[in-house]
Amino acid sequence: MNSLDLARWQFAITTVYHFLFVPITIGMGFVVAGLQTAWYRTGKLKYLRATKFFGKLFLINFAIGVVTGIVQEFQFGMNWSSYSRFVGDIFGAPLAMEGLLAFFLESTFLGLWIFGWDRLPKKLHLASIWLAALGTLFSAYFILAANAWMQHPVGYVINAAKHRAELTNIFTVLTQKTALTSFFHVIPSAAFTAGAFIAGISAWLVLKKKDAEMSRSTMKLGLVTMIISFILVGITGDWTARVMTDQQPMKMAAAEALYTNQDSAPFSLLTIGTLDGSRSVFQIDVPSVLSFLATGDFKGTVKGVNDLQAEYEKTYGPGNYKPNIPMAYWSFRLMIGFGAIAVLIALLTLWRMRKGGMPTGKWVLPAMITLPFMPLLANSMGWIFTETARQPWAVFGLIKTADGVSAVVSAGSVLFTMIVFTLLYGVLAVIEVGLILKVIQNGPAEELDYADPKLGGSDSQTLVMSY
Amino acid sequence: MSFETVWFLLIAVLWIGYFILEGFDFGVGMLLPFVSRNEADRRAVLTTLGPVWDGNEVWLLVAGGATFAAFPEWYATLFSGFYLPLFLILISLIVRGVSFEYRSKYGKAQWRQRWDVAIVISSAIPALLWGVAFANIVRGVPLEKSAEGNIEYVGGFFNLLNPYALLGGVVTLTVFLTHGAVFLSLKTAGGIRDKAHEIAKLSGLVAAVAAVGFLLWTNLMLPSINATVLTLSIVVALLWVAGMAMNFIRREGWAFIFSAATILTFVTTLFYALYPRVMPSSLGAQFDLTIRNASSTAYTLKVMTVVAAVMTPLVLLYQGWTYWVFRKRVSSSQIAHPERGALDTASHILHK
Ligand code: HDD
Ligand code: HEM
Ligand code: HEM
Repeated sequence: MNSLDLARWQFAITTVYHFLFVPITIGMGFVVAGLQTAWYRTGKLKYLRATKFFGKLFLINFAIGVVTGIVQEFQFGMNWSSYSRFVGDIFGAPLAMEGLLAFFLESTFLGLWIFGWDRLPKKLHLASIWLAALGTLFSAYFILAANAWMQHPVGYVINAAKHRAELTNIFTVLTQKTALTSFFHVIPSAAFTAGAFIAGISAWLVLKKKDAEMSRSTMKLGLVTMIISFILVGITGDWTARVMTDQQPMKMAAAEALYTNQDSAPFSLLTIGTLDGSRSVFQIDVPSVLSFLATGDFKGTVKGVNDLQAEYEKTYGPGNYKPNIPMAYWSFRLMIGFGAIAVLIALLTLWRMRKGGMPTGKWVLPAMITLPFMPLLANSMGWIFTETARQPWAVFGLIKTADGVSAVVSAGSVLFTMIVFTLLYGVLAVIEVGLILKVIQNGPAEELDYADPKLGGSDSQTLVMSY
Repeated sequence: MSFETVWFLLIAVLWIGYFILEGFDFGVGMLLPFVSRNEADRRAVLTTLGPVWDGNEVWLLVAGGATFAAFPEWYATLFSGFYLPLFLILISLIVRGVSFEYRSKYGKAQWRQRWDVAIVISSAIPALLWGVAFANIVRGVPLEKSAEGNIEYVGGFFNLLNPYALLGGVVTLTVFLTHGAVFLSLKTAGGIRDKAHEIAKLSGLVAAVAAVGFLLWTNLMLPSINATVLTLSIVVALLWVAGMAMNFIRREGWAFIFSAATILTFVTTLFYALYPRVMPSSLGAQFDLTIRNASSTAYTLKVMTVVAAVMTPLVLLYQGWTYWVFRKRVSSSQIAHPERGALDTASHILHK
């Protein structure tokens, strides 16, 4: 492997890893804020127990989200310096805004929330978790706008002398359709992820008969969140698909392994055999659905890979403009598939719970244990699809991934750092899962006692939170 | 003033903020086993950082993001050039953050001891390497124009380990250590406070020797003696002496203000010595990266100036407020069941 392949692997590993924690943080931030608000409003102690319990899980997850994010911030300069030189004028701006508007807000107010139980009056303490949650939204928005610019560059001119892209309109960059669709697709996905997370964990508590009063409520909350957010994910996914087909037709063609232009194109649910366009051994198709997904019209024309390849050669010169087609085909299906399985489990469970009991049957426990993992897989598949089906471009139509890699960094250095990051990330994953299991095993607190503190707290009292 | 200069200043401000804030985090981390006699002490020490360390680290992230936005050539050349030191810093920051958050979750002694070792090492490595990196930037490193017309670092790893840079590393290491000790003596009570005070006396002296040596060297390294750099260097020394004097008479608030002011002036000196270059080349001034050939377009800089002008005061306000909320000293007697991990038991104490 050369340094290009290694840099790509490193980016893929560190970013997919970062994004395992990100959706949980975004979704759980709002769940915890909501639970605390419920306690604030009603005074019911089950909501306080839920806030504390899920708050703990949220923080264990947040810690890894933060430390893996630090690597992301510097990776562009380390491994992708040619890319950074080319796009910095535009791409750097949302990244810097993310830091100034989002990371400060998130980290400062989360610090206040964690250690503020006996330092902040009730209302301010509640406000701090909401502000931290708002910070995660800002963060997602700016980074997704940056990524959207790579999918579909707007608001720029090319300065040939300096060999770089230059910003002409920041508002276009921040409000283009691609940024909006991806934001409105990713945020409900995060809610979906958090819903599955709390539903699965609460189900376990219910089965183990731990704090049934709380865990039944939070289980329902999780399942309902999943169902609502899945509907939103589907609607915005459909919108995303249309924008994508319009801007990056090759991606849609790759997602369908559709080699030649086709009207009333079918959506293939599953293919056994090769995806190289020659033949498929076995295929299940749903007529005309692809045309609808891509264009909003059952009779619409969807362009094929080979036709697009010819078209791109004319526009961009000779070269291979086909992404990895089996990867695109399968990751797209698995994204939807994992999401669909999870939501089916949620629907079934909720149906069985309608009379107030807990569903019985051999499937319940395994289903509830796997539930939190499904959206994580769906998220990863979504990104793997979005990013690999954009190849060979780093910024669509402007700079190829191969031209973005650092010239001065040797393959050995990239390999070394990749191995260390991967090993370290592996260890962190084991520790994190261990801690989460420990929290679940202990279950929510039994006795809780709360007195509204005054600002700044007192000198001598035992601290509620200490490291 | 041109937008390039504004951004040069803003990036200097971000690094100053970072070194003042995370500087004491590094110091406290390194001191953890040396100021505490038992588990309650160690947890009290870490609790002084708990609410603020992540917010402090964001200064670095914003410095990185702002460099990317305002001086993409600098961002690209610096981080691809200083690859391995930056990698070591990143690994340390990962381990450190996780150690803070996870250390006290379990009660097992062995679990905690391992995280303690991790905290000390992962605080010391960046404290040392940031000094090495900055000293190298000021000194100038081999930069050359590549075939593609980019100014790239061509020096390799060991080039970065020259005596001047290593001395710079010793300076940041000892200054942060002292800064952390001063912070602890301000933020804790009882035995930790006394111990930190004693350590600050000693490490303050070591830091003074290293810093004076480094500043002398810096002045002599310049093509000709520069009156402003020289004056700033003297101010750095005076502020540090004042800080140490305040520590000596146990005026802890003032000691902290002076050690923060020393860091501020020290970083200012380095940036002043650089200006208008951002990364001088040791192979000839034609390869220098400067605020002009490394910068973004005027439009991007203008956009970012507006964002920074609105956001920076706001951030300072709410971050400052956080420090005010947590202004009370922490003492080990306030730690409930120090030997018990946060996850060893489900029950909480909210108010006693
Ligand atoms: C859709 C959302 C999203 C995406 C695509 C990314 N991140 Fe992220 N990031 C977050 C959403 C987020 C977050 C929700 O704000 C995090 C996750 C967990 C956390 O603690 O905050 C975070 C943390 C986080 C941090 C630590 C902040 C702190 O110390 O508080 C940094 C520096 C980054 N990210 C940088 C990046 C970069 C450079 C990315 C692109 C390659 C990236 N993230 C992808
Ligand atoms: C957090 C969610 C994300 C995930 C899971 C993800 C995943 C991936 C994957 C799997 C690749 C490898 C593609 C390949 O090499 O075939 C990739 C490439 C890339 N992505 Fe993303 N990505 C994410 C977000 C982003 C964002 C937000 C940005 C920019 C701000 C970005 C910038 C890039 C760049 C520069 C590459 C090119 C390097 C390469 O091809 O490996 N990604 N990403
Ligand atoms: C319900 C049907 C769904 C449809 C029609 C759909 C559609 C899409 C499309 C077209 C993209 C590519 C966007 C692009 O490359 O520009 C995408 C990306 C993505 N999807 Fe989905 N999706 C669905 C379900 C899900 C589910 C269940 C999840 C996770 C819980 C998910 C998470 C993601 C993520 C994280 C990305 C990458 C971010 C982005 O590009 O916006 N999707 N989806």
